[in-house]
Amino acid sequence: MSQQDNVRVARDEAAQANTPPPPESPAPDGGSPRGRQDVELPALGVWGTLRFAWTQLTSMRTALMLLLLLAVAAVPGSLFPQRPAGPGIVQNYIDDNPVLGEWLDRFQMFDVYSSVWFSAIYLLLFVSLIGCVAPRAVKHAKALRSAPPRTPRRLSRLPEYGRVVLESSGPAPVEAVEQAAKYLRKRGYRTEVRQEPDGGASVGAERGYVREVGNIVFHLSLIGVLVFMATGSLLSYRGQKILVEGEGFANTLIAYDAFTPGSAFSEEMLTPFSMTLKRFEYVYDRQSPTHYGQPLDYTAVLDVQDGPGDTAREVELKVNHPLDFQGTRVYLVGNGYAPVVTVRDGNGDIALQGPVVARVQDNVFTSLMTIKAPDARPDQLGFVGFFLPAAYTGEDGVAVSIDPAPLNPELNLNSYYGDLGLDEGDPQNVYVLDTENLTELNSRNLEAGGITLKPGESYELPEGKGSISFDGLKRYVGLDILYDPGKWGVGFFAVLALVALGVSLFVRRRRAWVRGTTGPDGSTMVEYGLLARGEDFGLREENLTLRRQFEKLWPVQAPEDIESTEGPIVVAGAAQNRVE
Amino acid sequence: MQPINYQLAAYSDLFMLIAAIVYAAAFIAFALDMASSSKTIRALESELTEQQERTDAARSSAARHKQLVGAAGGAASTPTPGHGPGTTASPAAGNAVGGLVDEDMDYTGATRRPAANVAVALMVIAAALHAFAVIARALAARRVPWGNMYEFCTTGALLVAAVYLLFLIRKDIRFLGTFVAGLVVIMMAAATMGFPTPIAYLQPPLQSPWIVIHVSIAVLASALFTLTFAMSILQLIQHRREAKAPTGATGGLVFMRLVPSALSLENWSYRLNAVGFMMWTFTVIAGAIWAEASWGRYWGWDTKEVWSFVIWVVYAGYLHARATRGWTGERAAWLSIIGYACVVFNFTIVNIYFPGLHSYAGLPS
Ligand code: HEM
Repeated sequence: MSQQDNVRVARDEAAQANTPPPPESPAPDGGSPRGRQDVELPALGVWGTLRFAWTQLTSMRTALMLLLLLAVAAVPGSLFPQRPAGPGIVQNYIDDNPVLGEWLDRFQMFDVYSSVWFSAIYLLLFVSLIGCVAPRAVKHAKALRSAPPRTPRRLSRLPEYGRVVLESSGPAPVEAVEQAAKYLRKRGYRTEVRQEPDGGASVGAERGYVREVGNIVFHLSLIGVLVFMATGSLLSYRGQKILVEGEGFANTLIAYDAFTPGSAFSEEMLTPFSMTLKRFEYVYDRQSPTHYGQPLDYTAVLDVQDGPGDTAREVELKVNHPLDFQGTRVYLVGNGYAPVVTVRDGNGDIALQGPVVARVQDNVFTSLMTIKAPDARPDQLGFVGFFLPAAYTGEDGVAVSIDPAPLNPELNLNSYYGDLGLDEGDPQNVYVLDTENLTELNSRNLEAGGITLKPGESYELPEGKGSISFDGLKRYVGLDILYDPGKWGVGFFAVLALVALGVSLFVRRRRAWVRGTTGPDGSTMVEYGLLARGEDFGLREENLTLRRQFEKLWPVQAPEDIESTEGPIVVAGAAQNRVE
Repeated sequence: MQPINYQLAAYSDLFMLIAAIVYAAAFIAFALDMASSSKTIRALESELTEQQERTDAARSSAARHKQLVGAAGGAASTPTPGHGPGTTASPAAGNAVGGLVDEDMDYTGATRRPAANVAVALMVIAAALHAFAVIARALAARRVPWGNMYEFCTTGALLVAAVYLLFLIRKDIRFLGTFVAGLVVIMMAAATMGFPTPIAYLQPPLQSPWIVIHVSIAVLASALFTLTFAMSILQLIQHRREAKAPTGATGGLVFMRLVPSALSLENWSYRLNAVGFMMWTFTVIAGAIWAEASWGRYWGWDTKEVWSFVIWVVYAGYLHARATRGWTGERAAWLSIIGYACVVFNFTIVNIYFPGLHSYAGLPS
């Protein structure tokens, strides 16, 4: 390593050569030759080995390694689909890449952030953090109560040094030091004035103790964030609900389409609110030639009740503006169309009637329709196809949607009959029709063609299998309903960490010493030195400020005179370069 | 909703193009400065040596003095204020070029660099035009000018240029000019050619006060990381140079003599990275608060969140490295470079190719 690579170390060592050991030298170690030797000497005994392992774990180098490892370990989560975000996508991925997918799954690549290896890294990191920060906190608590460090014998060896010689009209050494101490106190230093053994006096001063406090609070806040994230995930729950215009929802387990509870969740935790979607309003951009049809505003108008006995009130729910029921929040996360259809079976009976939620595929709300009529007799009926809010049929005969608004709604469906496979009781995705055991009735490839319906129209299925009609159109909203009591703690500690980080990075911690002696010609000589603790780029500025202040306080002899009396000119700060 | 002012938007587009062209001119001028500097430096060096010899002869009695002050940074006329004993560890730039560069990146006035001055003037003009274009776009759409990839790029480029010019007032960082101007040109070209996006309103998920605060600080932090990235690269080059020629006499790229020592670069990039890290921490927290308000969870390991986290951890690692024995200097510089690579990745690849909740790049799918 060249010299530059040991800047801080050199500075620290230089400091220690001159001053009593700083009370809280953090021993950011790990790369020292002694450390390496220890590795090769296993004869430490059980206790010794444990101690050794602990020292290694809590070293700065380990912390750095673990941090870098954490960064690397987080990356796969952005490359592969993650189960918590969408189990379906993960399953598709595994189906598409059977071999690779299985191996990735074995290494928990689809659950990166709850995986054994990711958890191991961050838990080790936090153990290391506690082991590192706790002793520092103790040491610093002591430092806060003890006096500023003794004055080094040779101030001129400090990184920043200066000297002024006073005219004979100036104060005596002790008095000058008192005045300097007063000024240092004004600048936020804690000071202690002492008698020097060989006459005169000196003041030891230190400021910026809060820097270390900031560092400790910052690291401890990270633990706070982690603890509250963990509590939150234990007690939280999240659920999804799709609500069609006119439908209601009461906050009970069975009402959810999907529900993910934390491990300590119990059903009593559900706040007993309920709501009904009255209507859904939307604004699309009708002005811009380039973004025609881009959504500008969504509003869900709901009737809500805070509890079973409460009166209903009308509220508006918008994106970014959730509703809050005693900590349970309801978010508007999606919307789409639910065409209202009636399916009659071969016997002429109604097999299905009502809105069918269509899944939005793109910006112009081309939506996937899946209709299952298991009650149809003699044969069960199924339909798949598209709902197009603004249908436009091109020259190739294929209809596409050209706008998200319902300007020209149209259903394009294929139909099937046979066994839908619902009777076995196996769970099925409502949005997927398994056509394996079904016979196709309508499609573009068949003579009968596909089914095309406008609102109010109906269609008789071939072979007398029944009919389907498109009765009307409703909107639906996708709601996320979440409860996470840990988030306030996370937020508090995150903000605390931010503030403490600022303190830790930008407060300067430094020591200053001023010594007054009587020079050979009887005039008072004041020497001062400065030492940074940690990163401090303003030390030289401080030197100049002190010098200016001293020149203001006392009648200071011009530098030429000093040169003639003794020694070299000591330009403020130049002496720093002599520190080896 | 207030109507969009298409006239003003058209002016914005036009000025964006003009600004890009002027930036390109600034880039060329900076490059010329780099090329011509070698000549200037040689001339100056011989002049300095001459001067030195003369002074030496005249003041041989003051040898002690010279020894003292001279160590601080070469020519006796410019005592280099250094920080701690570390300053002595930079003999190369210090002694060899005397007053050419200042370790504190203050202006020394030792070299005349007409091309660089023209370049700076062009940068100022370009930034003014650019600022007009960005503000015009914001006024035309009546919202913050960072709602899609085009706007992220143009506003980001403006901030990079502005941060650079602001620093230039106090510090002589003309040596970064080629890099900064080049990068700004690339960003402007990417915006106007890669992601041209006509003006429009914001989509509902972006209509939140948090976009103002979260995105602006993120872009500002990225601008700072951009500068430190450049400094870290130069630091590595300078480091090699200093290692090769410990006397600092010759060797390597002549232009590098206009660049402060590796140590000085390291200290400065540390200071900027500390500010950048603070801002990034804020960005992540603000993003989490916004995510909570918008999607109901403050953290969900969305691709964009993953990469913001990775960036945060890498720069935390960088700050740690600065306090870890054996990890300062070159290794820390590498971490700073890796951190910036993650920033760029997050801004480009993730925005464009990775699906996620944050897919607001405004690109046609
Ligand atoms: C969750 C993991 C951690 C993160 C995100 C983190 C982050 C940071 C950051 C951003 C700083 C710079 C700001 C400051 O000076 O206060 C810092 C400093 C520091 N960290 Fe950590 N840290 C972590 C874990 C640790 C661990 C495990 C240790 C001990 C082994 C440690 C010891 C230190 C020390 C000693 C400093 C002060 C360095 C100096 O003197 O400038 N940190 N940390």
